[in-house]
Amino acid sequence: MNEFLTLMKSELLVTAIIFLLLFIKIGKGIKNESLLSLVQALLLVNFIAGFFLNTTGNLFGDMFYTNPLIVFQKNILGLGVYLISLLCADWLKKSEHLPEFFMLLLSALLGMFLMISSGNLLIFYLSLELATIPVAAMANFDLNKKRSSEGAMKMILSSAFSSGILLFGISLLYGASGTISFAEIPAQLDNSPLQVLAFVFLFTAFAFKLSIVPFHLWTADVYEGSPIAVTAFLSVISKGSVAFIFMTTLYKVFQPMQEIWYNMLVMLAVATMVIGNLFALRQQNIKRFLAFSSIAQVGFILVGISSNDNMGITAVVYFILVYIFSNLAAFGVAAVISDQSGRENIDDYRGLYKTNPFLSWVLALALFSLAGIPPTAGFFGKLFLLTAGGSKASYWFITVAALNMVISLYYYLRVVRAVFMEKNEHPVENLKPGLPVKLGLIICAAGIVLIGLLSWIYDYIHSLS
Amino acid sequence: MMEPGLYHLLFISAALFFIGVYGFLTRRNLITMLMSIELILNSVNLNFIAFNKYLWPGKMDGLFFTLFIIAIAAAEAAVAIAIIINLYRSHQSIDVENAEELKY
Repeated sequence: MNEFLTLMKSELLVTAIIFLLLFIKIGKGIKNESLLSLVQALLLVNFIAGFFLNTTGNLFGDMFYTNPLIVFQKNILGLGVYLISLLCADWLKKSEHLPEFFMLLLSALLGMFLMISSGNLLIFYLSLELATIPVAAMANFDLNKKRSSEGAMKMILSSAFSSGILLFGISLLYGASGTISFAEIPAQLDNSPLQVLAFVFLFTAFAFKLSIVPFHLWTADVYEGSPIAVTAFLSVISKGSVAFIFMTTLYKVFQPMQEIWYNMLVMLAVATMVIGNLFALRQQNIKRFLAFSSIAQVGFILVGISSNDNMGITAVVYFILVYIFSNLAAFGVAAVISDQSGRENIDDYRGLYKTNPFLSWVLALALFSLAGIPPTAGFFGKLFLLTAGGSKASYWFITVAALNMVISLYYYLRVVRAVFMEKNEHPVENLKPGLPVKLGLIICAAGIVLIGLLSWIYDYIHSLS
Repeated sequence: MMEPGLYHLLFISAALFFIGVYGFLTRRNLITMLMSIELILNSVNLNFIAFNKYLWPGKMDGLFFTLFIIAIAAAEAAVAIAIIINLYRSHQSIDVENAEELKY
């Protein structure tokens, strides 16, 4: 019993918060402001609780397993959700359905926690669905907007289709190996054609969820259509959790097929970086722009994953930690501007520095970090990813990745230039974000600067992996 | 009269899967696309049952998986239909060609 409580503490806490919200909803209900502060406090408790009582162990006959690295990954995701609840506070306060929004958000988070911990394809599938279906409902949260329902429709259809492909792969794998447990599959793998086919189906489903090119087409539409809080959640938390479990699956379960997936990863990484970057060049809407930039970032994560050793695990976890801070800072600024002035085009950002210096500096810092410019943490994240990938890959692969960083500089700096240097007759007026939003932006900015400078964070992740 | 074997079942399930994929890619009506996804999921169910019966009769994983897939497919269809109803309210149509605001 004690073991059950300590091993599943993150999941149990999130479940408790969901039930609390449910009781508040069916009870009398409380004001949005107080409910929001309550949820923020509980999420903070959940994040802090992740630092205590971390042990290794498994439950339910190997279906659920956990170790300090997995708890750390869950903590990163929990921190991301806490930051989203801060950054989008202004938008959330006005929402009529705040309890429902958090119920869906936390259900998806619970699904991600279980997914990272899963030790069995059945639990993996169930938790993947738990992590996807609520997000599709959240994408439709602006019930009256045409774009929102169109984005949600694209999201639910493509995710249902990709989970169909995933299931077909799992069924073939079950037929070829006779087991669905992660621990037992590697011994059964002998690279027979049926197993390779099953693996390709599984890989495709992962590629859909991670929006790797050529399975990325749903991403930009869903990101543009959804409310900005949901877009932030999709691009950071959802993507991070799938990247974690993708890495675990490749390293632990499909280790005997290493040669096959290594080549697939290299090709897809190059395609993802190049196409993500080229499409990001021509975007006008800030959400769409961030969508394509996140596709390009996934390409870099794939470079790290291809290394297939502890250094790769460290680099990917570190990069996702940095990525959460930098991307959420960018989305936070976009959320404030879109919420208070309704503008989402990059042209509207011209001259932002004159009226909103604080927002401009945070946005510039976030974009520098995403582009990978030295003093910020994004540079170290990219550096470790390429180093990890370079330990195994040929040099042309790393050269292509490095060249892509140069291309990405162009479009990130285009936004920075618009904000600081271009003139605009009708700039965005001086906005007054609320206190939680400011706090969130300051945490993000501090994270971007400090994570790069404090080397013990990298060492700590390395000691866990 | 020949007893149906593993190959017959696998052939049917593969055929169902690809009919589902074809339907998903060519149909323009959202409800029909949802039905195509159900076809895919049912082909997976058939696969699991066939493998369980003919190849791994001692291990019941396949049977359990089928039960869970049926339940999840129902949940997914419920959310999808709710979204489609909302789409119908704003677009007055459930044809995907009419939902075309988000492009490029």
